[in-house]
Amino acid sequence: MDSAALEPSLYTVKAIFILDNDGNRLLAKYYDTGLYPSMKEQRSFEKNVFNKTHKADNEIAFLEGMTIVYKSSIDIFFYVVGSAQENELMLMAVLNCLFDSLSQILRKNVERRCLLDNMDGVFLVVDEIIDGGVILESDPQQVVEKVNYRAGSEQAFGFVLLDYITGNMEGQADENPLSEQSVAQHITEKLALTTTVLQSAKEQIKWSILK
Amino acid sequence: MIKKFDKKDEESGSGSNPFQHLEKSAVLQEARIFNETPINPRRCLHILTKIIYLLNQGEHFGTTEATEAFFAMTRLFQSNDQTLRRMCYLTIKEMANISEDVIIVTSSLTKDMTGKEDVYRGPAIRALCRITDTTMLQAIERYMKQAIVDKVPSVSSSALVSSLHMVKMSYDVVKRWVNEAQEAASSDNIMVQYHALGLLYHLRKNDRLAVTKMLNKFTKSGLKSPFAYCMLIRIASKLLEETEGGHDSPLFDFIESCLRNKHEMVVYEAASAIVHMPNCTARELAPAVSVLQLFCSSPKAALRYAAVRTLNKVAMKHPSAVTACNLDLENLITDSNRSIATLAITTLLKTGSESSVDRLMKQISSFVSEISDEFKVVVVQAISALCQKYPRKHSVMMNFLSNMLRDDGGFEYKRAIVDCIISIIEENPESKETGLAHLCEFIEDCEHTVLATKILHLLGKEGPRTPSPSKYIRFIFNRVVLESEAVRAAAVSALAKFGAQNDDLLPSVLVLMQRCMMDSDDEVRDRATFYMNVLQQKQKALNAAYIFNGLSVSVPGLEKSLHQYTLEPSEKPFDMKTVPLATAVITEQKTEIAPVATSKLPEKLAPSRQDIYQEQLAAIPEFQGLGPLFKSSEPVQLTEAETEYVVRCIKHTFSNHMVFQFDCTNTLNDQLLQKVVVQMEPSEAYEVARYVPAPSLPYSQPGSCYSLVRLPDDDPTAVSCTFSCTMKYLVRDCDPNTGEPDDDGYDDEYVLEDLEVTVADHIQKVLKPNFGAAWEEVGDEFEKEETFALSSVRTLEEAVSNIVSFLGMQPCERSDKVPENKNSHVLFLAGVFRGGHDVLLRARLALADGVTMQVTVRSSEETAVDVILASVG
Repeated sequence: MDSAALEPSLYTVKAIFILDNDGNRLLAKYYDTGLYPSMKEQRSFEKNVFNKTHKADNEIAFLEGMTIVYKSSIDIFFYVVGSAQENELMLMAVLNCLFDSLSQILRKNVERRCLLDNMDGVFLVVDEIIDGGVILESDPQQVVEKVNYRAGSEQAFGFVLLDYITGNMEGQADENPLSEQSVAQHITEKLALTTTVLQSAKEQIKWSILK
Repeated sequence: MIKKFDKKDEESGSGSNPFQHLEKSAVLQEARIFNETPINPRRCLHILTKIIYLLNQGEHFGTTEATEAFFAMTRLFQSNDQTLRRMCYLTIKEMANISEDVIIVTSSLTKDMTGKEDVYRGPAIRALCRITDTTMLQAIERYMKQAIVDKVPSVSSSALVSSLHMVKMSYDVVKRWVNEAQEAASSDNIMVQYHALGLLYHLRKNDRLAVTKMLNKFTKSGLKSPFAYCMLIRIASKLLEETEGGHDSPLFDFIESCLRNKHEMVVYEAASAIVHMPNCTARELAPAVSVLQLFCSSPKAALRYAAVRTLNKVAMKHPSAVTACNLDLENLITDSNRSIATLAITTLLKTGSESSVDRLMKQISSFVSEISDEFKVVVVQAISALCQKYPRKHSVMMNFLSNMLRDDGGFEYKRAIVDCIISIIEENPESKETGLAHLCEFIEDCEHTVLATKILHLLGKEGPRTPSPSKYIRFIFNRVVLESEAVRAAAVSALAKFGAQNDDLLPSVLVLMQRCMMDSDDEVRDRATFYMNVLQQKQKALNAAYIFNGLSVSVPGLEKSLHQYTLEPSEKPFDMKTVPLATAVITEQKTEIAPVATSKLPEKLAPSRQDIYQEQLAAIPEFQGLGPLFKSSEPVQLTEAETEYVVRCIKHTFSNHMVFQFDCTNTLNDQLLQKVVVQMEPSEAYEVARYVPAPSLPYSQPGSCYSLVRLPDDDPTAVSCTFSCTMKYLVRDCDPNTGEPDDDGYDDEYVLEDLEVTVADHIQKVLKPNFGAAWEEVGDEFEKEETFALSSVRTLEEAVSNIVSFLGMQPCERSDKVPENKNSHVLFLAGVFRGGHDVLLRARLALADGVTMQVTVRSSEETAVDVILASVG
């Protein structure tokens, strides 16, 4: 019967995924290869989960024989999936850790745009929380320390510019090839700007301490 | 400045996604800058992110392009940018299965793993273990051992978790790290503790003694990690279950003490473990139930859900234990999380009184459309259980179910409802007409072929016996006009049953059949033509054999036999009796009420147990030429469960022989047994023809030896026999650690319990859906009748179950269920005797002081009749 499925194991998490408010995948990791082996099955599972959960913020659902805990923030949805017999509170611990760590890294701007701008940090956070289905760390503070990701608006901002330039370049590569040099120039400008912003931040902190 | 850029963002569309229109080829093109010097960390980082993003979206990378990108990426190890390096590790893990020659990065990773930068070490270990195989693992074994006991928690955790992943692949190597894991388990860091415990358990789980020791140690020393506590609770409850330890065991005390832990996670895990224990008394459940009761009023939805889900399970076995929580559950039935509300209501349905049923049903029907299919199934199952408990409520339930049947829903959901209605019909004869009417209405608009055919089959079986069978004909014939081939064919079969059973409907059925013979589908036409001709004969025996009771052979067996027949052309016609019979499906009462993972079960036609045995035995040359396997018994234990050698026996019956399969397990790790044979001394005229020894029986690997016994030809009625069994073997002592045996051994023997062959081993169960028709078909040529007095039996139920288990025949027409408050009962049994002769038995039972039984046996052969009467007497 179902009690037999509570085989003692560290493999707690079956899958973890982040969707945007149209149900599109931003990030997804499936740790149990037997579960939804093909991309098509994964997508249809995500779609089903999204349809059943995006309207009401109910924290927990049971779908397709899985326990799913979830949380939403502005325009993104976080999901952690475990087996039907799994301790729901363990799954919640993972979900909370994921959310709090991202919230710190993204400086409380837990929304789609900011998340996408710092996608590298998001990948690293997920990697530090779960390793192959095993909970690696559940304390958001530890996760943030380990990832040591100095992101936030300045960097994201740098990315935006870079994107802007390279995006342009990709789009119109044929008609208007931008020289490597000009890109480098833009970056130097950007870096200079970053330093100023950092400088001003330091000043502000200094003042706040002195006060 | 920042604001300005934000605005620009907005202009480009707030929904824009920098990764939206990524082209794989373009990204791989960009990846060429990895080769530029000096490395530009920011751009490279961005490109790596794009690659990982694409992989994550399921973009397919070919081996060549992946390998190319991977090799370019390896250059990035020259940069010292932290995030970039970490992204390299991620890329390695993601590409480990796509790219070739990933082991090229081994040395870089080993360097990072043992380097000074603690930030790199943990992730490097995890990446390295992802690309390592068994042979390479030995090369890095030294580093892994060091890493496990490293004082930096992230390094230790990474090493432990990676080791755990590798247990599957290279158990023998990882096994050597037990001491390091042991040391890590006493770490101060909570996650290291948890991971070490997990690894230790995985390495030792087959050694019960070691697990017990480990549990003792950790339950005493006390752990800090709530995760580790949960793990310990699971290990403890598994061990309790395996050892069938009483609830006075220290392990149970440990689990109970966890109910007072300060972490909710641990408290819940402990409560859940207690609830899931088999044969737990109400008193032992009480503390667990009271913590769950507290959780019911938690503001956290997940906690409420967990609590009510577990209470629901308790209610299945101990409804009275949950009554204390009724008030809290009442508060949850309006919970905004519909899953919680549904579980609360279904729990209340189990614990509440008959009077509350109507109110709860009304509440649930108010939001049944909002809940997911999984929970609708839970509701249906709760209703099904309720109907068994309060049969008088069946009209309310039936109404509710028919309403649910009209709503939208997936296949699983509809199937649950149909199954539930069918079980109500079977339990309450008075609900039959309404139930059939609802089902008829349902198939008028049913998209699921499986359900439609199932219902048509039921209509064919039950419909002709209702007071007014003619009203179902319309529903059935509508299907012939409107539906797909499979449904049409099923409808034709159902129609035929009406024609065969009701003489006054026969002319109309024949007219309808005539029309079906013009169908566009082969199968439908064939069936119609066949039934038409059978029905026109107007012979009861033909109707019985070809319309009511179909073939009772196993389908894979038939396929195999026919294939065999076509391979060896012969003059003889194919003999149906040589085909192995289908083992009658034992209808078990479904107890699974909790939302279990039903949807994931593959619905394949698994070969039956007997077909598997048939294959296995056919592979042994000594057993060639025995003919088809007739019956395989359930395993019989010939030793106690906890002895040096564990032996169980499966009896395989053939037409003139029996094969005894002894499954032996050697539980001594310092012995290797060879040439194992079970010697059998029969008490009757049975003759042991041959022994097939098990060549070698190492520690804990089960092996089988066989004995072939010829059944006595001269006296076919000698069906029962007792064998005294002795296991004989050659013992070779061996080293418990390496399994290396000594050169010489000595003979030894071990006495097993006696093995009995009874009449049940000679009879295979066969279900005759229409017993009356089958009875007429066999005829009274070899009918015999005798009366017995069963003085030791006090009730009719007991008499019925004794007869059924003794003869090993299949009860038909649900005659194994004795209605309450009756003094007489008729039991119908059907079976096939060894050699392929149908045997039917009718037992009239009357209850006076003891039970008096009049047995009438019919068969197509006289021996079978004699055997049964002789053995009953």
